Amino acid sequence: MRVRSAVVVLGAALALAVTGTLWAAGPLNVITTTEDLAAIAREVGGDKVKVESLSRGYQDPHFVEAKPSFVLKLNKADLLIAVGRELEIGWLPPLVTQSRNSKIQLGGDGYLDASLTARILEVPTGQITRAMGDVHPLGNPHYWLDPENGKRIAKEIEAKLSALDRANAAYFAQREEDFEKRLSAAEKGWQATMAPYKGTKVVTYHRSWPNFAERFGLEVIGYVEPRPGIPPSPSHTFDVIQEMKRQNVKIILVEPYFDLKTPNSIGRETGAKVLEMPPSVGGEKEVTDYFKLFDYDVKLLVDAIKQTRSS
Amino acid sequence: MRSRDIRRSIIISIVSIVLSGASGWAQSSDPSPSPGPVVQTPPTPSPTPTPSPAPPEAPPPEPPPTEVPPGAAGAGGPSGPLPVYGNVGASKVFNPDIAVIGDFLGAIGKNDSERATPSLELHEAETSFQAIVDPYARADFFLTFSNDEVGVEEGFVTFTSLPGNFLVKVGKMRASFGKVNQMHNHVMPWTDRPIVTDNLVGGEDGIDDAGISLSRLFPNELLFLEATAEVYRGESNIFRAPERGDLTWVGRLRGYRDLTESTNLDFGGSFAQGHNDVAGPGFKTRLFGADIAFRYRPLRRAIYRRLILRTELMWSRKELEAGPVKAFGAYVSGEYQFAQRWFAGVRLDRSDRADDAALVDKGASVLLTYWPSEFSQIRGQYRHTRYAEDIKANELLFQVQFSIGAHGAHTF
Repeated sequence: MRVRSAVVVLGAALALAVTGTLWAAGPLNVITTTEDLAAIAREVGGDKVKVESLSRGYQDPHFVEAKPSFVLKLNKADLLIAVGRELEIGWLPPLVTQSRNSKIQLGGDGYLDASLTARILEVPTGQITRAMGDVHPLGNPHYWLDPENGKRIAKEIEAKLSALDRANAAYFAQREEDFEKRLSAAEKGWQATMAPYKGTKVVTYHRSWPNFAERFGLEVIGYVEPRPGIPPSPSHTFDVIQEMKRQNVKIILVEPYFDLKTPNSIGRETGAKVLEMPPSVGGEKEVTDYFKLFDYDVKLLVDAIKQTRSS
Repeated sequence: MRSRDIRRSIIISIVSIVLSGASGWAQSSDPSPSPGPVVQTPPTPSPTPTPSPAPPEAPPPEPPPTEVPPGAAGAGGPSGPLPVYGNVGASKVFNPDIAVIGDFLGAIGKNDSERATPSLELHEAETSFQAIVDPYARADFFLTFSNDEVGVEEGFVTFTSLPGNFLVKVGKMRASFGKVNQMHNHVMPWTDRPIVTDNLVGGEDGIDDAGISLSRLFPNELLFLEATAEVYRGESNIFRAPERGDLTWVGRLRGYRDLTESTNLDFGGSFAQGHNDVAGPGFKTRLFGADIAFRYRPLRRAIYRRLILRTELMWSRKELEAGPVKAFGAYVSGEYQFAQRWFAGVRLDRSDRADDAALVDKGASVLLTYWPSEFSQIRGQYRHTRYAEDIKANELLFQVQFSIGAHGAHTF
């Protein structure tokens, strides 16, 4: 008797769950870990997807809190897109485990690691230890800061969306192609703007900019952090100041989530300009999509370089 | 005669098969997958499909790729290199994440109570093994080594792909009773556990038992709402199971809501019931708990500032031979991060004892924590305790914690 009622209850629960998933039609529900991925997913998905990012662009993507409200968002997701390369290792895995969503589990049909075809820099070779700070064993995860990688990410997203929603595959393909075209055109403009300043030396706070520097011809000669994730120390700051003076470096790039105290004092010592440069969509109010991210950063850089050269 | 012929032909054919097989084997791959230390393969095939810098000389020796011949039986299925099973390098890929966390404790000052801790000790070495089991589950093991004892603090499988918003855990677990009972030592914001935990919920190990946990998420627009029901064997610090039917039951309802993007409220109610440590049938302990936490962490300055205020209230009803004893205990605590590496904290304690509610222990602590990095932590705690026996203790407790390896992220 008891066993039978238990079977009935379980069966009912299963039936409910199955019908629940069948009813869920409409636009695909896409959750991304960062606003950059959300911006690209919107470009590709258009009005056939609903996209939301868990973190904000002005937030350090390494240190996002695994809030239960994110569990609710992941619970309803058809697709989860992550930056990968262990960027989200400190917060995403427990959220996915708790999501009760089999689609977005690692290896599930609704999970996409956006880094799979991207050009990844700074992949450590040889022995790595935590004496090097918070190193990423799978390479630098800030790869979206190269428009060429933006295209690769868009391709990945297009393939995934088409697999999940075959009826709209042609729509996604057409949008992806259009995005790629517009991005190529915009990239030519950014390259042209940056061309006269190729080889400009800069110091950055964190190692967020290798892909950006490679694409736009900056030379990163040092970091405000002594090692990734380790706060600035007086002796390292002193070394950075000496090196900047020696090489006549006039630009310091700081992500909006870092304290400006040390960069400002380095700036005072060396006469360098401290730029709060957003590495992500949403990092500043006017940076609302993937194009505006480069528009903003390139303009900020070029204006600053011009200023430091004229003074 | 005939039978001998048959036997001979069988022997000949077997020998020829073996020989041809062996020669074919020898031809097909020189670094044969023979057992033994013939490992010329690279230690680990790097899982990164990245444009690696081209090596100056010959390409690195790759594990022998076993190709599916085109047009072979099953063509149209997977082609290209097949995974080489038993390969030393490849097998490492599936090793679980392993980490060890050392928890070193020290105490200075006078404490004449039974609860005094040693002057110096490696209080615990927690070893964790964590990995995904298959497409449906993950597993987490936490083995603790403390004072020459080895224990399974937790070891459970979590089924992540169930329908109906269910999550099931099976194994040995810290029960979902309140907040502190679920925390491992290294995530505690203090060097010790609150007095109420010691008095009413079984101290450091608390309700930690073999059982099954079923929890369901109730998705809605208003708040995160999760209900958990658990059943345990009934053997933990405060519960005993002389009979097989003396199970421990635990229930919890947890709510959470973002107030703004930087502030949130986390609250819950818990229940636990089981046979207690009084010998004889029918002696039960029933626990109720309420917890609430307020968190503030500005997104733009998340690595520099945070504030957490929390409290847990617990009520115990323990049946003794002389009749039931009702006891109450609580703590209130706050932690404030004032720099990238620095945290200050305070905690107030008060709790009756489960066996005699007239005995009340009280305490107050202030704390300072320093993080050299994410992987180590140094903490000092000044603790004033007034035990029920009218023993007063003023102590300076200190702690060094250090973590190596890959320890999985913790739930919120």
